[in-house]
Amino acid sequence: MTRSPNNRIEGLLRESARRALAAVARRFGDFADAEDAVQEAMIDATRQWSAQGLPESPTGWLIHVASRRMTDRIRSEAARRDREEAVAGEALPAAPDAPPEGREADDTLLLMFMCCHPALTPASAIALTLRAVAGLTTAEIAAAFLVPEQTMAQRISRAKKMIKESGEPLGMPATEERVERLRSVLRVVYLIFNEGYAVSAGSELGRADLAAEAIRLGRIVHLAAPAEPEATGLLALMLLTEARRPARADEHGELIGLEEQDRSLWDRELSGEGRALLAEALGRGEVGEYQLQAAIAAEHAKALLPEETDWREILALYGLLEQVTGNPMVALNRAIAAAMVDGPAAGMALLEGLDKQLAGHHRLHSTRAHLLEEKGDLRGAIAEYERAAQLTRNLPERNYLTKRAARLNRGGQSS
Amino acid sequence: MKFMLLQAYGGVPEDTPPMTQWTPEEIDAHITYQKDLNAELSERGEFVDARGLSAPELAKFVVWDESGSPVVTDGPFPESKELLAGYRIIDVESVERAVEIAAQGSAAPGPGGRPIKQVIEVREVMGAPIQH
Repeated sequence: MTRSPNNRIEGLLRESARRALAAVARRFGDFADAEDAVQEAMIDATRQWSAQGLPESPTGWLIHVASRRMTDRIRSEAARRDREEAVAGEALPAAPDAPPEGREADDTLLLMFMCCHPALTPASAIALTLRAVAGLTTAEIAAAFLVPEQTMAQRISRAKKMIKESGEPLGMPATEERVERLRSVLRVVYLIFNEGYAVSAGSELGRADLAAEAIRLGRIVHLAAPAEPEATGLLALMLLTEARRPARADEHGELIGLEEQDRSLWDRELSGEGRALLAEALGRGEVGEYQLQAAIAAEHAKALLPEETDWREILALYGLLEQVTGNPMVALNRAIAAAMVDGPAAGMALLEGLDKQLAGHHRLHSTRAHLLEEKGDLRGAIAEYERAAQLTRNLPERNYLTKRAARLNRGGQSS
Repeated sequence: MKFMLLQAYGGVPEDTPPMTQWTPEEIDAHITYQKDLNAELSERGEFVDARGLSAPELAKFVVWDESGSPVVTDGPFPESKELLAGYRIIDVESVERAVEIAAQGSAAPGPGGRPIKQVIEVREVMGAPIQH
């Protein structure tokens, strides 16, 4: 398939914009203004490149045009100050060249650290990352999150304002802070992936493929920080999860549980890549939550039939994951794994004590429903499925839970 | 998280006169307040949609019928106070923020510039599940 010239320009722009933004932000020391300038330069580029052909160095072209805009902006601000305070204008930084190869990894990380600044809400960090790092337009991001473009534009501009007001200098943070910031970056990428993966089961056509964008971002982070096992682990996790996508919903977008999925539809190439990355990450000997989740996904990927699943191994991995995260949701999954290994009573025992922590959470009820059904307590299972259906905020999931309860109500076993 | 904030015709205190009995200034103040609230939500990156619905007099109740031509009942209806007057859809960080916005909507000025105390129904729009 040949790409149309406009597609080609778009692809090039997305790649070059990130590099240009890093270079311009570093040179002028101002992320927020640099982001504006590069966005404007991208608009110029779309027009000029399609009319006059591609420049020799697209990144260099963007840097040049964006820098000129930055310079103009500083000049006009200086002129305004001159008029107001009659002070002399200051020397302007020269336009930077395209960065040398080795610098790019650091530049990318710097950009991501800015976009995932701790002062930002997750929604703002997600929007900014998609624009500044993934190179999506505001319109595309707005469409992906089903909000008007104006709303998304405001969200992004407020995020940049907050970063500016935080007064943080644009530079690589100290080691300890760096670890924390990388964790935020991975979290933001994972949130984008989840958003995309979840809607892929629905029928919301026309939404940008956020799961694919998250994987792209995951690759960018992995390239920029190849020695970070959690960055590698997250990429592995996303690939292993994405590999199951073709099998996880029926033609109407209704969810299909892992047990009932047609495993021949799983994408072996993606899961193979995920497993190789996971092995690489685990080889570094610093286990973390993404690597553990990827390891669990890899166990499922290995099983060509549900009954070949190594639940004992999965149970052990959930145990480790619970230790690492302290997340009660992980405890639920561990209970399911325990039931698979030692029977439903063992799973039920693990659920005890979670009522308080997970009060009102549908997943506590759906987990209990599954275990009760397995034990043969159909009446109890129905009540728990109904409760879970009332509490979920997700439509395909509510349909699934409702059908589960309905089947038991009719006296039939759930398939 | 997306929420729909719904308001019905009847959701105001019993003694609230219909809008046609307000002064034009009071009506303007009410409309301006609602527009300003939408602008504020948009500026904060939280606005999705806001619509008023036409009056209950124009409403139709439709039921499918075996004969092939549906049974259509035209308004007005005696229970028109239960009908929806309008809605806002917002995209916010938390349910607390949704409640705050609903309270702001409920405080829109009515007769005498006093908050109208419209009851706002806050409903979360179903969305994406989180992976575990």
